[in-house]
Amino acid sequence: MYRYDHYDQAMVDSRVEEFRDQTRRRLEGKLSEDQFKPLRLQNGLYLQLHAYMLRVAIPYGTLSGAQMHALADIAGKYDRGYGHFTTRQNIQYNWIKLEEAPDLLADLARVEMHAIQTSGNCIRNISSDQYAGAIADEIIDPRPYAELLRQWSSFHPEFLALPRKFKIAVIASQTDRAAMKLHDIGIRMVRNDAGEIGAAFYVGGGMGRTPMIAPCIREFVPVDQLITYSEACLRVYNRYGRRDNKYKARIKILVHELGREEYTRQVEEEFAHLLTQGIEPPLAELERIATFFADPPFETGLADDAVRSDPGFALWLDRNTLPHKQPGYAIAVISLKPVGGIPGDASVEQMHLMADLAMRYSFDECRVTHAQNIVLPHVRKADLFAIWQQLEAAGLGAANLDTVEDIIACPGLDYCSLANARSIPVAQKISRRFADTGKTAELGELKLKISGCINACGHHHAGHIGILGVDRKGTENYQLLLGGSEGDDTSLGKITGPGFDEDGIVDAVERATDVYLARRREGERFLDTYRRVGIDAFKEAIYG
Amino acid sequence: MVELLRFREDEPVADPAVTVDAFSDQSNASAVRLEPGDDARDLLPFLDQLRLVEINFPSFGDGRGYSAARILREAGFDGELRAVGDVLVDQLSHMRRCGFDSFAPEKPFSPADAQAALSRWPQVYQATGDGRRPIWALRHDAQSNG
Amino acid sequence: MKILTGNDLKSGAVTWWTGYDWSIHVEDAVDVGDEADAIAAREEGARRVNAPYAIDAERDANGGVRPAHIKDRIRALGPTVRPDLTLKPADPEAGNWVI
Repeated sequence: MYRYDHYDQAMVDSRVEEFRDQTRRRLEGKLSEDQFKPLRLQNGLYLQLHAYMLRVAIPYGTLSGAQMHALADIAGKYDRGYGHFTTRQNIQYNWIKLEEAPDLLADLARVEMHAIQTSGNCIRNISSDQYAGAIADEIIDPRPYAELLRQWSSFHPEFLALPRKFKIAVIASQTDRAAMKLHDIGIRMVRNDAGEIGAAFYVGGGMGRTPMIAPCIREFVPVDQLITYSEACLRVYNRYGRRDNKYKARIKILVHELGREEYTRQVEEEFAHLLTQGIEPPLAELERIATFFADPPFETGLADDAVRSDPGFALWLDRNTLPHKQPGYAIAVISLKPVGGIPGDASVEQMHLMADLAMRYSFDECRVTHAQNIVLPHVRKADLFAIWQQLEAAGLGAANLDTVEDIIACPGLDYCSLANARSIPVAQKISRRFADTGKTAELGELKLKISGCINACGHHHAGHIGILGVDRKGTENYQLLLGGSEGDDTSLGKITGPGFDEDGIVDAVERATDVYLARRREGERFLDTYRRVGIDAFKEAIYG
Repeated sequence: MVELLRFREDEPVADPAVTVDAFSDQSNASAVRLEPGDDARDLLPFLDQLRLVEINFPSFGDGRGYSAARILREAGFDGELRAVGDVLVDQLSHMRRCGFDSFAPEKPFSPADAQAALSRWPQVYQATGDGRRPIWALRHDAQSNG
Repeated sequence: MKILTGNDLKSGAVTWWTGYDWSIHVEDAVDVGDEADAIAAREEGARRVNAPYAIDAERDANGGVRPAHIKDRIRALGPTVRPDLTLKPADPEAGNWVI
């Protein structure tokens, strides 16, 4: 994985000192809260429901064992013994003191980490495929491109006061595991007929109150023009994105209002101009970065199966591991969704264990997924049983990847000052319900996503089943959506009808799954059956 | 406290800056003031006669002026580029990178804070036309020099 | 009644105006009547509180103070999904007070 050189380290260290100085000026009263707010946000520091919350960047979700250990130490030293992994492959701490935040950032910098641009109206942490470098179906590892973009977007002086936040995802496979088309810019690395690598640009997707699927504005940007093209996309947005209404300020609205053709024309014009400005790093820089992502020294000639004698292990093996590109290895996913637990939360001890497992069994690497789980990307199949045993002992052995128990949930009204309703208790009740009735395995792949408000941090638009918490005259109410997807077949869920209270939504979800079980055809997932039979059959069962 | 921070040797322009509309009617002016909604490219035919362009930031959170500044510099404008309005000390180094070479903040800076902000970043990641060699260039200089 | 709440500038802790100081316990909150803006401006200026705002609340039979909106009741107690981290970790009924 990528390692800082002295330049990267100096930038992050300077940022820590800058924030230390800004915090001092805030505490001395030289900066008002209005002036300080954008500065703290661009260092990931929010004022949340109970305290300051700090969001730490995990670029493209990749972490070393030492970094995961450091995240655990921070949870113990500055927080209350846990952290929350987010849908942007980051981690959040919920109980941070402003006066300690600069020291926390200094601790992060010691392990080549930071909280730069994890909030605010700027280019945010760049996300990617959590199986990059390990999965067989990619045409190339997307992370070097993501790292190139990370450096370009860090402290980009022109783009620190954008109309609104800006999220970029980079993938390099036909299978989209990063919800690429639901980003401000989604980049898919592709190979053209001549065999050259380039980037397809999808611009103007997003969730929030106006969900949109990004259209492709260019099918092939040569890799030696990637930064220049990105800069053109951003400049057109910075100049013409709406600033009169916060809810219409995302680039999706600009692309929608101008139309894809006109936005593309403006980008191409700006691109032609910027190509004359010498802003593109040389290919040698991309090559330098790519060397950090070379394959680890895989062993060859390993046995390509695992002993399945323990039924609990066999279940986990089937549910939570994926084929690796290298024979004898597997990709193992650690579920942070224990039945009845808080999706995405991990304790200090659990983080230390995951760090140890990464160091011992996965070439010192782990990943955070946008579904709020942790991946050990390069594990020998022969080691899977030992890993599973240790996970089980730590409460991390849930065999429920991509099932109805593997719920994405935002922190909701338990933690978030923007939320209208709690998300976590709903997730807890749903996972308990399906675990108790034993239907989880029978339902197979079912992506359930819960947001506590219209901002859609819990990706409810993109869930096969989505739940949106709303405030109905001061009480929590939950709307049900069906038919969303964030994969290759990205689609937006539709609201079924009137909302429910907390117990009502759990029942409604179960009734929807009963329709699927009754009507599915061989090989169909919930989403496939829904698409074939339509919403009415589900509405009838839900509202009856 | 600093009311006008200037990084130029030449004499400041004494004439008041006119609006873009007024400028198009009265084309002998040497100073013009851009608002966030104005298109900096409208000025490109007149860069030879302009000695000062003020770019107004009515609110520090409106970043259109950063793009305006770069567009003018990319077109070869070498007169004074002044940030005016709600310009905060923590934006100084980024504005310098976009091509601003003078600052007239509504609320004056403390000189120590301005100095600290301007000397904050040892290196930069991007090429922005401000003459600083980005980190990617330095890395490969170093390699080719052994 | 109208009560005033905010967060401690340094620690971020949720606080409530007691008439002369800030407390982390909502039951210490006093009715600020129409003084909310004046107190908020003075206290924020003195950096004893961050982002203060006034909310509706009522006094219950036991002398406690109950914010009108669930969001502020969760602020007053702590996250309902982590009773151990709330201000009343030993009270199994505390979560019901929120709803």
